[in-house]
Amino acid sequence: MAETHTPFLPSAEAGIRMRGVTKRFEPERRARDSADLDIVAMDGVDLEVPRGSVTAILGPSGCGKTTTLRVISGLEVPDEGQVWVEGDEVVGPEDWVPPEDRRVGFVFQQLALFPHLDVAGNVGFGLKRRDRKSKVPEMLALVGLSGYEKRRPHELSGGQAQRVAVARALAPQPRALLLDEPFASLDVSLRADVRNEVAEVLASAGTTTVLVTHDQDEALSMGDQVVIMLGGRVAQAGSPEEVYRNPATPEIAAFLGDANLLMGEVRNGMVRTTVGPLKVEVGTPDGPAIALVRPEDLDLEISTRGDGRVTEVEYFGHDQRISVLLDSGESVKARLHARRKFDVGTRVRVRAGGGLGPVIYPLASIDGRSEAIISGGRPGTTVRP
Amino acid sequence: MRTGAARLVAVGAGLVAAAMATPFVYLAIRAAAADDPVSLAMSARVGGLVWNTLRLAVAVTAGSVSIGVGCAWLLERSDLPARRWLGVAAALPLAVPSYIAALALLSAFGPGGDVVAVPGLTGFWGASVVLILSTYPYVLLVSRAAFSSSLPALDDAATTLGLHRFRRFRRAQFPQLRAAVSASALLCALYVVSDFGAVTTLRYPTLTRGIFLEYRSSFDRSAAAVMSLVLVLFTITLIVAERVARGPIAPPRHSSSGRHRVVVLGRWRTPATMAVALPALLGAGLPAAIAIGWLQGGSRQSAGRGVLAAAAATSAGLSLAAALAAVVLCLPVAILAARRSNWVVRVIESGALAGYALPGLVVALSLVFLATRSAPFAYQTLGLVVAAYVVRFMPEALASARPSLASVDTFLTDASRTLGGSRWATALRVTWPIVRGGLFAGGALVFLTAMKELPATLLLRPAGVDTLAIRVWTGASEGFYAQAAPAALLLLAVSALALLPAWRAGSNSWRRVHDG
Repeated sequence: MAETHTPFLPSAEAGIRMRGVTKRFEPERRARDSADLDIVAMDGVDLEVPRGSVTAILGPSGCGKTTTLRVISGLEVPDEGQVWVEGDEVVGPEDWVPPEDRRVGFVFQQLALFPHLDVAGNVGFGLKRRDRKSKVPEMLALVGLSGYEKRRPHELSGGQAQRVAVARALAPQPRALLLDEPFASLDVSLRADVRNEVAEVLASAGTTTVLVTHDQDEALSMGDQVVIMLGGRVAQAGSPEEVYRNPATPEIAAFLGDANLLMGEVRNGMVRTTVGPLKVEVGTPDGPAIALVRPEDLDLEISTRGDGRVTEVEYFGHDQRISVLLDSGESVKARLHARRKFDVGTRVRVRAGGGLGPVIYPLASIDGRSEAIISGGRPGTTVRP
Repeated sequence: MRTGAARLVAVGAGLVAAAMATPFVYLAIRAAAADDPVSLAMSARVGGLVWNTLRLAVAVTAGSVSIGVGCAWLLERSDLPARRWLGVAAALPLAVPSYIAALALLSAFGPGGDVVAVPGLTGFWGASVVLILSTYPYVLLVSRAAFSSSLPALDDAATTLGLHRFRRFRRAQFPQLRAAVSASALLCALYVVSDFGAVTTLRYPTLTRGIFLEYRSSFDRSAAAVMSLVLVLFTITLIVAERVARGPIAPPRHSSSGRHRVVVLGRWRTPATMAVALPALLGAGLPAAIAIGWLQGGSRQSAGRGVLAAAAATSAGLSLAAALAAVVLCLPVAILAARRSNWVVRVIESGALAGYALPGLVVALSLVFLATRSAPFAYQTLGLVVAAYVVRFMPEALASARPSLASVDTFLTDASRTLGGSRWATALRVTWPIVRGGLFAGGALVFLTAMKELPATLLLRPAGVDTLAIRVWTGASEGFYAQAAPAALLLLAVSALALLPAWRAGSNSWRRVHDG
């Protein structure tokens, strides 16, 4: 697996640093099968979060992302590895700082507001008694909930409860803030708004933040850095543009948004695919390869002599996604402006519409897992080196 | 529901509630007939009994809450060994009627006891110990349920906000338990107030025992009536005080998910295991062992097997009649409460529940007054005994029937009707299968509780009629332990049966299984 890691920062600049962390769980007694093996939630995870920045950990459920957060906070004790918060070692071969002494804030997926306390009681929970009077109104102002002090958690809307949870975690001025699927419990219609509000609060607080999500929009829009976790390992880390535009493996490409993974042959700086020859980066080795072309980089043209047939049109209002079955047997998706009209059954010509060149994965470097994704997801396409 | 049927159910429920509450009206009438009831109620003697009762209730509640919450925490949150078995064992004292527990304690540790004589066993301290052992399982079971349903993330949140263990328990965990602890503390206090067997055996004068002695010793029963009314007021005060102390219950935002972190006991493992096992041994193991000992000691004085069989048959017959009546009578109230919720319904429900909060002795006394005044033909009949059981234990049937009736959603019956089922076919194929489990469980609970009932039976039974509880009581109090032993063992077995459905249902819905 191709892993790309940002080089280690000098410790003063690292808000959170994690090195070689491994965590295994005993399977629950009921779920234990004949194999009787421990579940490896984290398998040698390295992580580097620059101070004051936001890192989004993205991965499917069960990839170890929540465990990563719980290890940073101290709610989970790893089997191996080291963790530093602002240069202090909190988990190491000899050290273990208990969670209550780490000054690392946590926003839980279920929010976990105390039902027996009102909003002010919740926000002031982690503060010293004498600080509550001044600090609670300040925090509520920060999240835009001044005047809600006496409300009870069950009297708040989902978005308000969300902001109270963030205010509560930020109130004791933690050295880092961890958010576990913070918007998963919200309605889809609310999610984007609350996300923007929370992003603003985080930016103004300037706290080192790690958030965990399985929603790629959330990860790409909120993270200064996006970390892709698959199967307990960090598969890729980088800026949002980098991981979206240049996924390290076809597997990551398929996980992050729609991806057309096309069989091709690289020769003389070009890759020949069913959607035509495309220019590739200088230095790409010749030979059979898979080319990643994002749907927004494809263009369709209605033509009776085209090379494919429209099989599905998904209309989203602002744009549309059109599936085309090529005569070669491959199936591709294109993302086009909603004004252009395509009907199912229409013959079209598919062309790569300029933009950036494709990402090339030489077949020789692809492992079995990626192969399964490609051949399983694209009927008619066989990938055999 | 059709309006006609709905009206019928409402009227039926009202009638049942009225019937359940009527005995207490007679109690009030009888008390008012006394010469100067107010000064009797305020007299130093009654005041002393109230003070004794209060003292015992406070001591027992405090002891039970400490043991119950402590054991619950160990069983739910720590790496205690054999937690499953310890949990079952710790609930077992629930199956021991307090009079058997008291007799066993006296037999083991009393003057000339089987094990060792402990001075000062009778009176306040002995009664406290026996009643703590009888009531702590209520607190334990309710607290366990509260611990296991509390959100793990709340504790995690308090941790990441910098709270250390003790403050975390006080500020984040205990508030989640408060409602449960408060409710179970009320159960303990009510148990103490209504207890007759333990305080009589250990000769500690509480209000309930005072009423019994008064009733037995004088021809004028108005004093007993006045004292019973004082007891009713005492009980109401306890219930109101608990409502106030509990405070508003905040509904949790989310259902429980995630796992609680397990506290590693380390070198405290052995002491903690013993702390959980000891009350179970004293509360359940000791009475069973003592009863078996009686059996062997008394083999030479052959206690007629026929007499035992007759007593068992009487017990079973009375209890079965009470169970059937309770299930039939609770139906209209349960249906009404499952469908509607307004103040009229709540009044009807509390009327039907009244007998539950009150001592069996007071229920029996009220029925005596009712019978002597308005139904002399019923006095000294088995029917009156059954009536007392129904007034006292119908709430158990109601508590079982209500949730199962509430789970018959109208959309289920609607679905059946749209699928072509007639009204009767719907009742037979949809409603009955859903409801029968709850009704059966409720009836079984009434049966098993009524088997153990002592004070009302003692007061109301026609001359010469024996039940198992009566045989244990009279046998043991007159020193004929061999006569008491087989009946006591039978009762212990029957009571243990009453715990079975609760074990199967997990530690969720525990009801009060009281015997006096």
